[in-house]
Amino acid sequence: MGYTLNFGAVWRDFDLLLSGLGLGLGLAIVSIFAGCWIGLVAAFAMNSKHVLWRRVASCYVTAIRNTPLLVLILFSFFVLPRLGIRLGKVESFTVTLSIYAGAYLTEVFRGALLALPRGLREAGLAIGLTEWQAKIWITIPIMLRNAFPALGNNFISLFKDTSLAAAIAVPELTFYARQINVNTFRVIETWLVASLMYVAACYLIAAGLRFFERRLAISR
Amino acid sequence: MVQPILQIENLHKKFKDVEVLKGVDLSLETGDVVSIIGSSGSGKTTLLRCVNMLEEFHQGRILIDGEEIGYSGPRHKARKESEIARQRAMTGMVFQQFNLFPHMTALRNVTLGLTKVKKMPAEEANAIAGKWLARVGMSDRCDHHPGQLSGGQQQRVAIARAVAMNPKVMLFDEVTSALDPELVNEVLNVIKDLANEGMTMLLVTHEMKFAFEVSDRVVFMNQGRIEEEGPPEELFRKPKSQRLAEFLKSSKF
Ligand SMILES: Nc1ncnc2c1ncn2[C@@H]1O[C@H](COP(=O)(O)OP(=O)(O)OP(=O)(O)O)[C@@H](O)[C@H]1O
Ligand SMILES: [Mg+2]
Repeated sequence: MGYTLNFGAVWRDFDLLLSGLGLGLGLAIVSIFAGCWIGLVAAFAMNSKHVLWRRVASCYVTAIRNTPLLVLILFSFFVLPRLGIRLGKVESFTVTLSIYAGAYLTEVFRGALLALPRGLREAGLAIGLTEWQAKIWITIPIMLRNAFPALGNNFISLFKDTSLAAAIAVPELTFYARQINVNTFRVIETWLVASLMYVAACYLIAAGLRFFERRLAISR
Repeated sequence: MVQPILQIENLHKKFKDVEVLKGVDLSLETGDVVSIIGSSGSGKTTLLRCVNMLEEFHQGRILIDGEEIGYSGPRHKARKESEIARQRAMTGMVFQQFNLFPHMTALRNVTLGLTKVKKMPAEEANAIAGKWLARVGMSDRCDHHPGQLSGGQQQRVAIARAVAMNPKVMLFDEVTSALDPELVNEVLNVIKDLANEGMTMLLVTHEMKFAFEVSDRVVFMNQGRIEEEGPPEELFRKPKSQRLAEFLKSSKF
């Protein structure tokens, strides 16, 4: 195999890879944030006493979770403009990833809500809080703390999923890696560096999440 | 005649088809301390939860200080949620399982209702909460989270949380049943102090000695009805009904 490793070409464009990594992180952060809101609303809808709310929420979760993310991405990018909804590729991807994250977080939050002792809500009502106030000050904060580890795992998955944005030419890490690969033919070096960048980023995120998890943990 | 602070009239409550309260009448005047005793499943908890509107009921009326709570009018029309929240604050409830908010310090547990329901400024709320936490002997634990407190300490904070709202009636549902025996007295003593100060209380308890000492009246519930009611000396020493006599014997009073 007369292949000698030469990272020179990859290093030359390392700033591109870094900017791609940054964009991926940014997309994941925005999506987990938006996904949390969607997930919260849908999780409460799923536990609602109104059938209609439950139906709508479970249709959403079922539809999204049973469609491959790449298909969702291509669908929004190619189909939505035909329906008159024009979004840039980054916006289109962000919306898709948020909706995708929302479906998974709905399940996370729904489980976390069911696991709460019902006495906590009642204790809130007993001191005169309205249902809304009890949700805002008691149910949601406790539920979010309990769901935090799962939330962290979802964030890491979302971050890795941003690589699929390369399919619609969103300039994130995978997109640039492919570009460098095509331009330089340094196949091994390029994909090795790109992989290591994903690994390092995920590792650091996980470490940061564990740190927060310990600080947030409710002592019992 | 003095207007009762709490008046329960012909209260009926069903879970699905099972009627668990079958026409309860009970009335408390300001400062009354009334204990409810009775065997498991007789409807004691359900009665307290109706008074605090944590359960809906189908027939009858509950009035606090003359105001009908939860429903209005002869057609038993449910009140608006905001209305119910306001009325709930007229009663304070202490639960068997403490139910402290685990993500908040002891102090914040007490101030939450003051700042969010009574809309007090933080300083005033802190002062009131501090006062009540001192009253239940928890001054030195204000900054602790519930997870760092013993059961007895948690229950005392829960009592402070309820009384700080200045309710007209306090409801206690077997508040020492989940405690280790050596922690029971610290909680009962706090309740006794409050009772001696003239707080109106309706309490469900299995502590017969405590009920005997603290109550102005004792109510014996059986199968969703009040079977017997009277001063503790009469009820405990000279039970009229066979069931109460058996119940007292089985609870080794
Ligand atoms: N949420 C509910 N759904 C259906 N039935 C219920 C519910 N809560 C209570 N019950 C039933 O109502 C009856 C009265 O229950 P309640 O909890 O009021 O009894 P209790 O006197 O407090 O008993 P204990 O001394 O065990 O606490 C019981 O038969 C119980 O099974
Ligand atoms: Mg009970």
